[in-house]
Amino acid sequence: MSGRFVRLGETERPPVTLHVDGQPVTALEGDTLMVALLSAVGTLRSSEFGDGRRAGFCLMGACQDCWVWTELGDRLRACSTLAASGQRILTSQPEPTWPNLG
Amino acid sequence: MAEPRIIVVGAGPAGTRAAEAVVKAGIRPIVIDEGRRDGGQIYRRQPDNFSRPYEKLYGTEASRAKALHDSFDALKGQIDYRPETLVWNIAGGQVWTANGHVQETLTYDALILCTGATDRLMPVKGWNLAGTYSLGGSQVALKSQAVSIGHEVVFMGSGPLLYLVASQYAEAGAKVVAVLDTSPAGARIKALPDLMALPSVLWNGIKLTRALKKAGVPVHHQITPVEIIGDAGSGVKGVRFRKASGAERTIGCDAVAVGYHLRPETQLADLARCEFAFDPGTHQWLPRRDADGRATTQGVYLAGDGAKILGARSAEASGKLAALAALCDLGLPVDGGEMTALRRDVATYAKFARGLAKAFPWPAQQAAALPDEAIVCRCETVSAGNLRAVMRETGAIEANRAKAFSRVGMGRCQGRYCGLAAAEIIAAEAKIPVEQVGRLRGQAPVKPLPIAIGEEG
Repeated sequence: MSGRFVRLGETERPPVTLHVDGQPVTALEGDTLMVALLSAVGTLRSSEFGDGRRAGFCLMGACQDCWVWTELGDRLRACSTLAASGQRILTSQPEPTWPNLG
Repeated sequence: MAEPRIIVVGAGPAGTRAAEAVVKAGIRPIVIDEGRRDGGQIYRRQPDNFSRPYEKLYGTEASRAKALHDSFDALKGQIDYRPETLVWNIAGGQVWTANGHVQETLTYDALILCTGATDRLMPVKGWNLAGTYSLGGSQVALKSQAVSIGHEVVFMGSGPLLYLVASQYAEAGAKVVAVLDTSPAGARIKALPDLMALPSVLWNGIKLTRALKKAGVPVHHQITPVEIIGDAGSGVKGVRFRKASGAERTIGCDAVAVGYHLRPETQLADLARCEFAFDPGTHQWLPRRDADGRATTQGVYLAGDGAKILGARSAEASGKLAALAALCDLGLPVDGGEMTALRRDVATYAKFARGLAKAFPWPAQQAAALPDEAIVCRCETVSAGNLRAVMRETGAIEANRAKAFSRVGMGRCQGRYCGLAAAEIIAAEAKIPVEQVGRLRGQAPVKPLPIAIGEEG
């Protein structure tokens, strides 16, 4: 899927390249991980409770809806983490989840 | 005598002015802030390598934003500044902080809480779909990252931010499909006497509405949100709402920004054991404080929107006032005339804030009408029907009891985005006034911490 977010300016920044679910994604220096990802893809993670994909909500570190993971298993809050070259990000939780709705 | 230790939590307008007053008294405060940079949310600073000028970022508030940032920059050598640091608990007379994986405890002689606000949300069916954002969040996207939350954006809810962010998006070149306001236009007329407390701010608001009209953005008043439509995989596809006439309408879009003004972040005041009181004007529980910001817990002071939603201008005044109160209580000389003037300023801002609450009322009635299948808790996907069923089964009509049984308010946002609405749903179902439902108690840690946290090694 193409990106959810739309860049409206500040596009003259140096590029950074990260990997999202194994695919290379080009973002810009100064992007948060959330903006880097959602400029390229539509969602960040799946709800553990079975109601579908999520793409963050508050962008100010209060709702915790934008968690993503590194390939090593660390959890990152995408809205308050800066994108950097070499990051390898997963948009699916690597450890088991406990869907409780079915 | 050793210098008293003053801790300021927050580096937005209230925290900056509080720290400045403490420095002016010759004391080096500790300033703890979650942000990477100062400014808080309202005057959030863009990353260093962005180049948009102040006028573009902050509009009519550009000179205030610049003045605040300049003040903070000037303080830097004179404060113990700890950015990207979370205060996650206050207990035993100590402030518990976390920076990355490092945890620390700090004692204090005075603690000035300038914790700010988040959006106040009322659930609507489908608000768990990807592409639904808080109104404040949509503004952060633009202000601090120069992006729009979608290709076609609907702004829905109520409050001054609704018009501000919609017009900022339109001006920045984003496609604003519609502004859907739940408040009736007539409410604004009734609020005029209070809003006249700050004529220039009122005028700025009127100009925003005109700018939206000029940009060709449809604005609907007195709407009732019905559903955010879309699918679980790809997210938002549109918004269905009921017009004042009763007719239903669907508008296509791929992003919705929703918010109903703001709510204060009061968890730290709660953990510091401050007493709270119900504010009928806003339907919110607020920490009690005197005119200068003294909380009921000795040594704790409250300022800015974290104590009550009075706006950024008020936050600058109340931050400074709370710091002067703290200095005074520590036996240091303060200018009584200055405190009197600040109290007068805060009273003016409070009158204006009362006007805003009347002009853009919290739509409590929507809670009763929320369909059973609508999600109330986005964190754990608990529906209004789940919550109502739990009430019927257990008889729980108190906020914390209902939370324990239903898990509404127990998820990773800790009730920030569902708590106020859940209280209204419970009140409507139990047919009791919402203040009888009580308030969700703040719990430490106030935000998730990494498991591998420890003292610095």
